[in-house]
Amino acid sequence: MEKKQYERPIIKPLNTGLMNKFGTRTEYTPTTHIDGVAVSELIKEFGSPLFVLSERKIRENYKNAKRIFETRYPKIQFAWSYKTNYLNAICNIFHQEGSWGEVVSRFEYEKALKNGVPGNKILFNGPDKTDDDLRVAIKNDSPIHIDHLDELYRLIEIAGELNAKPRVAIRVNMDTGIYPMWDRFGFNYENGQAWDAINKIIAGNKLNLVGLHCHIGTFMLSPGAYGIAATKMADLALSIKKRYKKTITYIDMGGGFASKNTLKGTYQLGADAVPEISQYAEAICSALLNAGFETEELPYLYLETGRALVDDAGFLLGSVISNKRLSDGRRATIMDFGVNILFTSFWYDHKISPAQEFGLHTEDCVLYGPLCMNIDVVRENISLPPMKAGDHVVVHHVGAYNITQSMQFIAMRPAVVLIDMNGKPNVIKKKETLDIIEINEVLPAYLKTFNLNSTQEIEK
Amino acid sequence: MSKPKYTIAVTGLNAVDSPGPGISVIRALRDAKSFDVRIIGLSYESLEPGIYMHDLVDKTYQVPYPAAGQSILFERFEYINSIENIDFLFPNFDAELFNFIAIQEQFEKELGITMVLPTQEQFEARHKVNLFEYGEKHGIKVPFAKMVYNMSEIPAIANDIGYPLVVKGKFYDAKIAYTTDQAMQHFNKISTQWGLPVLIQEFVHGSEVNVCGIGNGEGVTLGAVPMRKLYITDKGKAWAGVTLDDDNLINVTHKLVKATKWRGPFELEFIKTSDDEYFLIEINPRFPAWCYLTAGSGQNQIEALVNLGKGNKVVPFETYDVGKMFIRYSYDMIVNLSEFEQISTIGEI
Amino acid sequence: MKMRKNIALSDSGFIFNPSTGDSYSANPIGQMIIQALQNGKTDEEITKSIEEEYMIDASTVEKDLYDFKNMLKNYKLTE
Repeated sequence: MEKKQYERPIIKPLNTGLMNKFGTRTEYTPTTHIDGVAVSELIKEFGSPLFVLSERKIRENYKNAKRIFETRYPKIQFAWSYKTNYLNAICNIFHQEGSWGEVVSRFEYEKALKNGVPGNKILFNGPDKTDDDLRVAIKNDSPIHIDHLDELYRLIEIAGELNAKPRVAIRVNMDTGIYPMWDRFGFNYENGQAWDAINKIIAGNKLNLVGLHCHIGTFMLSPGAYGIAATKMADLALSIKKRYKKTITYIDMGGGFASKNTLKGTYQLGADAVPEISQYAEAICSALLNAGFETEELPYLYLETGRALVDDAGFLLGSVISNKRLSDGRRATIMDFGVNILFTSFWYDHKISPAQEFGLHTEDCVLYGPLCMNIDVVRENISLPPMKAGDHVVVHHVGAYNITQSMQFIAMRPAVVLIDMNGKPNVIKKKETLDIIEINEVLPAYLKTFNLNSTQEIEK
Repeated sequence: MSKPKYTIAVTGLNAVDSPGPGISVIRALRDAKSFDVRIIGLSYESLEPGIYMHDLVDKTYQVPYPAAGQSILFERFEYINSIENIDFLFPNFDAELFNFIAIQEQFEKELGITMVLPTQEQFEARHKVNLFEYGEKHGIKVPFAKMVYNMSEIPAIANDIGYPLVVKGKFYDAKIAYTTDQAMQHFNKISTQWGLPVLIQEFVHGSEVNVCGIGNGEGVTLGAVPMRKLYITDKGKAWAGVTLDDDNLINVTHKLVKATKWRGPFELEFIKTSDDEYFLIEINPRFPAWCYLTAGSGQNQIEALVNLGKGNKVVPFETYDVGKMFIRYSYDMIVNLSEFEQISTIGEI
Repeated sequence: MKMRKNIALSDSGFIFNPSTGDSYSANPIGQMIIQALQNGKTDEEITKSIEEEYMIDASTVEKDLYDFKNMLKNYKLTE
């Protein structure tokens, strides 16, 4: 006779939390396959934990966003936000689809150049650009998005040295009715800083002001704020036209569209509550179309959307190391991945599904990572079927920021696999090795040897 | 002509001391003259009294919490509907409305379940934090209110509106402050529990009056019954109330429904000042727990809502009995453990 | 370790403790263990019968049984 599938015994009290409208999330259905490839096979071949990205999903997301914006506005250009996920394979999927590059550091800038993005299609953002960075960007004709006055003055100086007139935009921050207001980047709209900077650039005639840039926040849940921002950007562009007879080529609305993740402390699931891309698009495009531009002078709309295009294409596969019982009776499950590689678990309640079939019974538990640190909590409270050591789970929506922000702490970071359009897994980043980690370490000669023989004898 | 028989599902079976509206809705449905009903109860917890009221509820199913998400909610209803073939659904909790509004169309198209609910925009716009702008936009008096993210904003607002003022949480909780210190204390407490922003609202002196009604989505008020609470429990819930003859209140209600094109049931909460001014303090986007009083005073609004949803002809109610009272009471049912076991383990009874 | 005498266990996995009024639910393996304990089976006997019926190794069962019995004790269902 065939033996039955085992499941850990569980018992839980009924009628607790009586009449509580704010119950816990339960009832996760298992995720056994990603793009047709079995989770168990992936782990068998590439190890656990393992990041998996779906090329199909990335391309779908991009095409969908592009279609949504293009049906609402005639001149659209996406620029891939490198910081969201700068694995070359991922960047190049976006470049193949027609995306430019958007970078915030020299490191990212070099990466984009190496990937083959022409210099004039790399938008250079960020508050920290060195003189050398600026020189290189000017030579490559990259649009430089100026963040502060010091940068503006240095840029004018360097442009003079090089006898060039670089293409620039200024970053504008503004009140769009949301909190917190991101006023630490760029020049403020309401108090006139932005207009002052524009006057300085145009009057000085050393820089070619081609664009206006803003980025009002991150994981923005209100599309209306983008409408306000687009209106204010259009107002600046039209004022420039009126005062200087100069046409602004593009308005860059930055990024910040939310993904389907659930922010900690919110009640509705992210998948249900987060605005659709079409809502953001509607707010931005209708504000620009109604702003009063002459038809032939409509500026290009640049978008630096990152998270909303890649988050749900990324999965983290992991395994249960052990189960234990905490002193207060709660179940704790220790996973082989923690906040070191799942950095976003600091602000999301990630959806986590078992990767194999289970019965109907679930148990509330805390999910811990494997680090020797108290902060290593992946989910403070989650209802999962009774899993045993070696069982697998799938963490959803991890494609944005995890690979770029992960920490190499006490362990090597896992491999990253891309499932291509034919359903074939390709390693796009190998698991780290001790050699790779130590490659830049330098051991002074006098620290190369030591002798522990004089210390305490080990009893045999 | 024979009456149709509808299968109607109802949530909010928690007829406890701070009751949900479910049982009132069901009693009104059972009083309906234009149709017969089979009632399907929908419960979140195993001890909601409605589950055990077999003379009112024919069958009850447990449903997942709103936080489980819409796809799980839909799956559960696919199952329930495959057995019960539901015609109409009354969501009765604020916390579940967001989801039901979002999947309203899918329910209608794929399951044939009708709901009459406000639109997502109407639902959001009347939210506590937006109410002041809402009133300004539609020409309805609303106590001045401002959202604050930082305690330091309080003194400036207090300068404008004076003390006492009301400190309100985003979702729940409201406390009256008579001094800046008190306001700041309340701010701390409420922001810790319910998050930011916190609402600072002008305090309006007067007595609270409420209106239960329905809008047809095109600006027409299909029914409106004003009521004043006569006695309030220590949880601030009505214990008894009486219908009022108050044309002003009816007029404000008509005005609001016309301006907002409100669709579905609602409860409006007003403060009536000693100068006979009406300040709107809250809009609940569903029937209140006292809605059976509308049926008892000649406007079965619950019945009318089903007919509206089913595309039957609905003539707006013009009158109601003034001076009808409701007096709430509690009642101990005797229940066998086996019934509790059944709902707890199988999720249906 | 023995189950309290008056603990009621039904086929649906519903458990009722008449001395406290508390009720619980258990999954099928949990039920099987409670029943076995009620019938006075030893840990070895319980482990063996689970091993025979399910695809699982003895050491996992032993570990889970130890934890489950602790939970029963925690919920005051044993004496």
